[in-house]
Amino acid sequence: MADEIKPESYEKRLEQEPQENAWDAVRALGQGFWTTFRHLFRRPITEQYPEERRQLPERSRARIVLTRDPDGDERCVACYLCSAVCPVSCISMQSAERSDGRRYAEWFRINFGRCIYCGLCEEACPTSAIQLTPEFDHCRRDILSLVFEKEDLLVDHTGKDKDYNFYRYAGVATRPEEKGTHIKESPPVDVKSNLP
Amino acid sequence: MIDGILGFAVLLVKIAVVLGILLLLAAYLVWMERKLLGRFQVRLGPNRAGIFGLLQPIADALKMVTKEDIVPDQADRLLFLLAPAVVTATALLMFAVVPFGPDLTLMGKIVPMVVSDINVGLLFVFAMSSLGVYGVALGGWASNSKYSLLGGIRGAAQMISYELALGLSLVPVVMLSGSFSLVEIVRAQARIPFVLIQPVSFIIFIIAAMAESKRIPFDLPEAENELGAGYSTEYSGMRFGMFFIGEYVHIQVLGALVAVFFLSGWRGPVLPGPVWLLIKMLAVAMVMIWIRATLPRFRYDQLMEIGWKVLIPVSLINIVATGALMMLF
Repeated sequence: MADEIKPESYEKRLEQEPQENAWDAVRALGQGFWTTFRHLFRRPITEQYPEERRQLPERSRARIVLTRDPDGDERCVACYLCSAVCPVSCISMQSAERSDGRRYAEWFRINFGRCIYCGLCEEACPTSAIQLTPEFDHCRRDILSLVFEKEDLLVDHTGKDKDYNFYRYAGVATRPEEKGTHIKESPPVDVKSNLP
Repeated sequence: MIDGILGFAVLLVKIAVVLGILLLLAAYLVWMERKLLGRFQVRLGPNRAGIFGLLQPIADALKMVTKEDIVPDQADRLLFLLAPAVVTATALLMFAVVPFGPDLTLMGKIVPMVVSDINVGLLFVFAMSSLGVYGVALGGWASNSKYSLLGGIRGAAQMISYELALGLSLVPVVMLSGSFSLVEIVRAQARIPFVLIQPVSFIIFIIAAMAESKRIPFDLPEAENELGAGYSTEYSGMRFGMFFIGEYVHIQVLGALVAVFFLSGWRGPVLPGPVWLLIKMLAVAMVMIWIRATLPRFRYDQLMEIGWKVLIPVSLINIVATGALMMLF
């Protein structure tokens, strides 16, 4: 019933419209013209992009980098989590193991032609290795040059996570004397004692 | 014989100068409009091509010319190709009767500063203006697309409706000057411009003229956000450019007509005639840009209501009042 359009409804609406007198109409018109006229003398708010670059927030998402821990070692342990979570499958790598047992990526590749800068890789990364930076203007004419290899991705700083070093909390310590040396790790339990 | 050839040469020179200035001005009117609209909206407007973006019209023209000229498969080819030319040609032709200065004496001969002083110049203007409707209506119909067709229909309806008000608003001017010739109308305003005697006619003419040139707030035939681009939806490249040029030439012609009919044409102190006409034309064009920056588009019923229920009755009353006053005094 409510959806039924009655032919007289439009006429009724016309009658209910506030009947302004001519003076009000002229004044409203004048106000409009005065407003636009005043705007003519305001300073344009345009930022002229290539010359004026706005400082983007630190956490804005653009070019992806691989950071190092505070000691200067690569953070990436080639766990494939970023590659797995990437919705467009633009990250690929090959894991390998160093002589001291620490894992690293033999090669690491991000295809920025595909990347949608969603930041899921950064969220998935357990070691804060992969991070997005505010540097957004790295477009290229040749689409193949958008495939970045490990040496293009690796940077010499810690990125947003200044003090974090994954191996201080977990990782390769396997020898008995090293047990319990990680931060927030309790010393190993002496299984031969039953004292509380 | 030699006089005839000389006269013809002078005529050709006049046509060349008028066409050159009109088309150049059309290009820079686009630049001025974009620049001013930018400032009205607290933006900068075009500023990349050349200083102050002064090369923008040239860049735009180059772009238009190099674009592919597409004629849709289902379109009526002949009419589709013809329509933009009709719009531009009629707009340019209208300027033929606009006087742009006092008579010039060249080698003992009087050279009138008007391309063609026909004694029914005003009727010629209306004839061309009415023919211009065909460009819009045919362009919309020949495209064979619903948006174009809607735009064309709106264009035809709007322009026919406002043609009436446009014509009626000028009847008092003709009554006062006693002539259909634009040269005579300017001459009749030697003492006082008609805008002071006929302010009502002036306002009606400006409103109707804006509707004729299909500009915001009367841009229903184009109406980007409802109809794509209205009658010019299917056009591309320089054919679209022709519609564009036609629109801006139309603005200049209407500026010139407002100047001739109400602002005493090329008359003015100190500066020479053509310069005064140019100043008045640009002033009218700037007011049109200001209006564009201020008012939103009319609804279709509002458009028709203003045309038929306000402008036409008011101009009729104005004619009767003018006649009565002329009888009394």
